[in-house]
Amino acid sequence: MEKFTTHTGIGVPLRRGNVDTDQIIPAVYLKRVTRTGFEDALFSAWRNDPGFVLNQDAYRAGSVLVAGPDFGTGSSREHAVWALKDYGFRVVLSHRFADIFRGNSGKQGLLAAQLAQEDIELIWKVLESEPGTEVTVDLGARTVTCRDIVAPFQVDDYTRWRLMEGLDDIGLTLAHEEDITAFEQSRPSHKPATLPAKHLPTVEIKAARPIALPITPVGR
Amino acid sequence: MAGTLAEKVWAEHVVRRGDDGAPDLLYIDLHLVHEVTSPQAFEGLRLAGRRVRRPDLTLATEDHNTPTLDIDLPIADLTSRTQIQTLRNNAAEFGVRIHSLGDADQGIVHQVGPQLGLTQPGMTVVCGDSHTSTHGAFGALAFGIGTSEVEHVLATQTLPLAPFKTMAINVEGQLPPGTTSKDIILAIIAKIGTGGGQGYVLEYRGEAIRALSMEARMTVCNMSIEAGARAGMIAPDETTFEYLRGRPHAPEGADWDAALEHWRTLRTDDDAIFDVEIELRASDLEPFVTWGTNPGQGLPISATVPVPEEIAEENERVAAERAIEYMGLIPGQPLREIPVDTVFIGSCTNGRIEDLRSVAKVFQGRRKNDDVRVLVVPASARVRLQAEAEGLDQIFLDFGAEWRNAGCSMCLGMNPDQLQPGERAASTSNRNFEGRQGKGGRTHLVSPLVAAATAIRGTLSSVADLAADDPTFAALDVAELDGSPLAPLDPQVPVQV
Repeated sequence: MEKFTTHTGIGVPLRRGNVDTDQIIPAVYLKRVTRTGFEDALFSAWRNDPGFVLNQDAYRAGSVLVAGPDFGTGSSREHAVWALKDYGFRVVLSHRFADIFRGNSGKQGLLAAQLAQEDIELIWKVLESEPGTEVTVDLGARTVTCRDIVAPFQVDDYTRWRLMEGLDDIGLTLAHEEDITAFEQSRPSHKPATLPAKHLPTVEIKAARPIALPITPVGR
Repeated sequence: MAGTLAEKVWAEHVVRRGDDGAPDLLYIDLHLVHEVTSPQAFEGLRLAGRRVRRPDLTLATEDHNTPTLDIDLPIADLTSRTQIQTLRNNAAEFGVRIHSLGDADQGIVHQVGPQLGLTQPGMTVVCGDSHTSTHGAFGALAFGIGTSEVEHVLATQTLPLAPFKTMAINVEGQLPPGTTSKDIILAIIAKIGTGGGQGYVLEYRGEAIRALSMEARMTVCNMSIEAGARAGMIAPDETTFEYLRGRPHAPEGADWDAALEHWRTLRTDDDAIFDVEIELRASDLEPFVTWGTNPGQGLPISATVPVPEEIAEENERVAAERAIEYMGLIPGQPLREIPVDTVFIGSCTNGRIEDLRSVAKVFQGRRKNDDVRVLVVPASARVRLQAEAEGLDQIFLDFGAEWRNAGCSMCLGMNPDQLQPGERAASTSNRNFEGRQGKGGRTHLVSPLVAAATAIRGTLSSVADLAADDPTFAALDVAELDGSPLAPLDPQVPVQV
């Protein structure tokens, strides 16, 4: 995971509260087999509206989403975080986040920063009056800067440390690889392994076909 | 210190204790993989330049998307075909063993692990599928995980896990004839609710549980997740050891002796304390069926559809109203009078050889009800072959049922086997959620015996109802059909194709 210390990018004002993950990415996109390439799926229903914020040139290249309260509610789909990241967002600012969304964000290196609603309102005003304005997010100092606004934000210490070190869960676990290797050496020999495969007799499987049987009534 | 079975298995797998409230890092003995929840995990490995740490502790099979007809032809649904092809590509690229459609060990992941002897007592088993709890029947700590966790296990063979609480479910007494392990678990879920097990690992105990065959135990543990629990376990005993003996991946020689010695220690100490204990009397049970849209909305088959006005608790009342409307039922209607369109016998809950044998015993020499479609789907290709070697397929076909290839089939709407809107099914599967078996479909969860009786009578029925209709059924020894261990699937049985 890429280290996150500070990020500066175009702010996108999303004046909506309770943005659920079904809005962030509809279920129809969940059958895909890749983890990347969800950018077209992000807010796909809303993007049919020409007036939607991301359809305006000044915001199109945005990377800091400034949203209303209770962002990321509903379904636990990790695809919501993938879609935001694939589009180019690095940070979402909101007064409150749904727990699961915040957890998923932390796993994927998207910063979910919690601000006072008054500060969100102030930043919205700047971004709307001067489209394309950049926002700077300083994770070390836990501040958001937008023109002359400097607002503090909250993020839990553990997530902040992981993001600043660029450690995903896997990276963190692999930091203890010696422990894993040591554990593996102590595993009893009777524990099973899938390889080499111990094959049963190979048999040909006949394909089932639809049946059309004459149906005779059953006496009750 | 005294410990429960779950605590002992946990303790044996701690790679590293978490400090300052951080989770423990647990080693995973077996990681089962299927096509739906794995593609992004493999993609994650590829993007990060990581490998699968232990391909030799990983096994892939195709089940959710696979059709159960025409399996020798290309899969018609393009999205499904892509997902399966992706799994095959990933297995090849990362060196993971895979059992593909057409292979004798292809099938539902929770049947394949046990039948190969890969699921053993005291192991940690995970899979990107909530019904991984099935493997707990062997005294393994087994639970479902999300896609990020699938990637984590692929890369590290470990998982950081927050601690759990323990719940004992004591089922004493003996099951009455015609009732099965499915009725035990449906009764438990109705008793503790779909959230009752949240945060707990359940341990099923007591005389009635010990009397169950290995496959019947799998049915019980399979549905632990429907009570909200991460995992459900049963302490291993002679039944477990006999099931495992001689399976392809069971330990051999000195390893078998060492394993056995260890497995015998895997039981809750007499003085261990569970956080919660629940009691259930098996002798009080009747065949259970669900009437609503969650697995906790179940009642004995002799009951009537609940009357919402009589439910005091508001949330429950509103939920009942919604469920009754979705299910197209009438409050107060006897459950026995509900007619069904389809009977589905299969799934990781009840698609095993013993289930098929008990159904065949009811079907033998009879014909299905004219108005009912009957689908029999073995949980794995090996189960299908075994059933055919025993001649069960001919009984099903003579009965008028369809005999299909292995897979998840109608348990979930991801392959061609689906209910039409408004269609009603008696199903031996595990979830009766709205639209689970197809958009607008209506599901009643039942045991294989109730499914079989329903296929004959056309309305939700028990084997006892059959006997009341037709004296020849009285001669059917239902006591023998479940609750007593049947001969397990013999992996070495010569199969004629």
